[in-house]
Amino acid sequence: MSMIQVKNLKKSFGDLEVIKDISTAVEPSEVVCVIGPSGSGKSTFLRCLNRLEDISGGHVYIDGADITNPKNNINEIRQKVGMVFQHFNLFPHMTVLENLTLAPVKLGKLKPDAAEKKALGLLDKVGLGAKAKAYPGELSGGQKQRVAIARSLAMDPKVMLFDEPTSALDPEMVGDVLGVMKDLAKEGMTMIVVTHEMGFAAEVADRVLFIDGGYIVEENVPNELFGNPQHERTKAFLSKVL
Amino acid sequence: METIIESLPMLWEGLKMTLYIFAIAIVLGFLIGLVMALLRLAPFKILNWIAKIFIDAIRGTPFIVQLFFIYFGLNSFSWVSLDNVWAGIVTVAINAGAYFAEIIRAGIQSIDKGQTEAARSLGLNQSQNMRYIILPQAFRRMLPTITNQAIISLKDTSLLSIIGVADLTQRGRVIVSATFEPFTIYLALGVMYFVIIYLLSLLSSYLERRFVLR
Repeated sequence: MSMIQVKNLKKSFGDLEVIKDISTAVEPSEVVCVIGPSGSGKSTFLRCLNRLEDISGGHVYIDGADITNPKNNINEIRQKVGMVFQHFNLFPHMTVLENLTLAPVKLGKLKPDAAEKKALGLLDKVGLGAKAKAYPGELSGGQKQRVAIARSLAMDPKVMLFDEPTSALDPEMVGDVLGVMKDLAKEGMTMIVVTHEMGFAAEVADRVLFIDGGYIVEENVPNELFGNPQHERTKAFLSKVL
Repeated sequence: METIIESLPMLWEGLKMTLYIFAIAIVLGFLIGLVMALLRLAPFKILNWIAKIFIDAIRGTPFIVQLFFIYFGLNSFSWVSLDNVWAGIVTVAINAGAYFAEIIRAGIQSIDKGQTEAARSLGLNQSQNMRYIILPQAFRRMLPTITNQAIISLKDTSLLSIIGVADLTQRGRVIVSATFEPFTIYLALGVMYFVIIYLLSLLSSYLERRFVLR
């Protein structure tokens, strides 16, 4: 069974149709990168996958459960879907450690001491074990984003969604964050990454989606999509960014 | 000087009454404000309207009129019996509640949308998001404005003397009518109010420093 299945997804903001008709599926352990011009709907597409945006039409199945069905508890489904944002969105009134333990403890997934132990392990994994007691305001952008990844992982998600995770970072911070994401991919995490980092997409992705105008214009393994794009719009986009 | 020393026990009784009314009214007022702010932001139009009507009605009418309405107006019904102290507490609470509602609403709306998105994407529901993420951050930002409203409400309690509540102001008036020394007595009242309010603002700046957003 696919980890994520998207069937005829549509999303409008008022009269503006941002996602016109998208269908795709993501298999367990697959890493899918989503590229496309700004305003193409790629971030909106990602945000529909955990219903941060209300879905206007079609269906999204996470691990078999239809998130557009109001009978399914969206809060429970979201626990399986980690999300990392462009602007980190760490909780500034809590320490790094509290950022990681809040959800597992309050949602009854782990006891406080177990959550703390797990959090410290995750912080070590992203290279920030020493920052457990720091507040987000004391961290650099790259450190914040690694904490944000660790915060999502603390819920043991089955899928991780990344919404332009390196776009707000100083160039020298990008490598650390991409490094953590590569490690995750190697461990078999199912990932969907909206990104402008073509190098990362080429190296890590199993499949690349090129989204433009609310549709998937083209999808392929990275070598083919980057090396031998079929559509004019893909060619035009790639010639600008590569 | 002698008059002041002789009147101190009475003023002390008045001060205790003022603080008693203030303490209950401010807590009630804050709860009213919190509920009204949440109604104002709730995803149901009817709830928004209820809160908006309440807030506009209270902000658009004088405190004294509200006090008379509650003490004389409501008490004219046989099934209502509010003594003057409780009529005063209720009036101060409702009045402060309307202002708190707007302060809290603005505070909640000032928190970046990304905070809610992060919390919801982790699986927290909307009330957990409010409780653990939004309100703790909003309260820190609101603290100076909340203190300001608390100070205004404390001063409003002196108007309760009009309906005979034996608060600090009322005790002062009684002493003046017996001693004919308005200058010293009202000066003493002023100093006492000033000291309490000064202590309140000290507490507020201590809390602000303590809970500064890092």
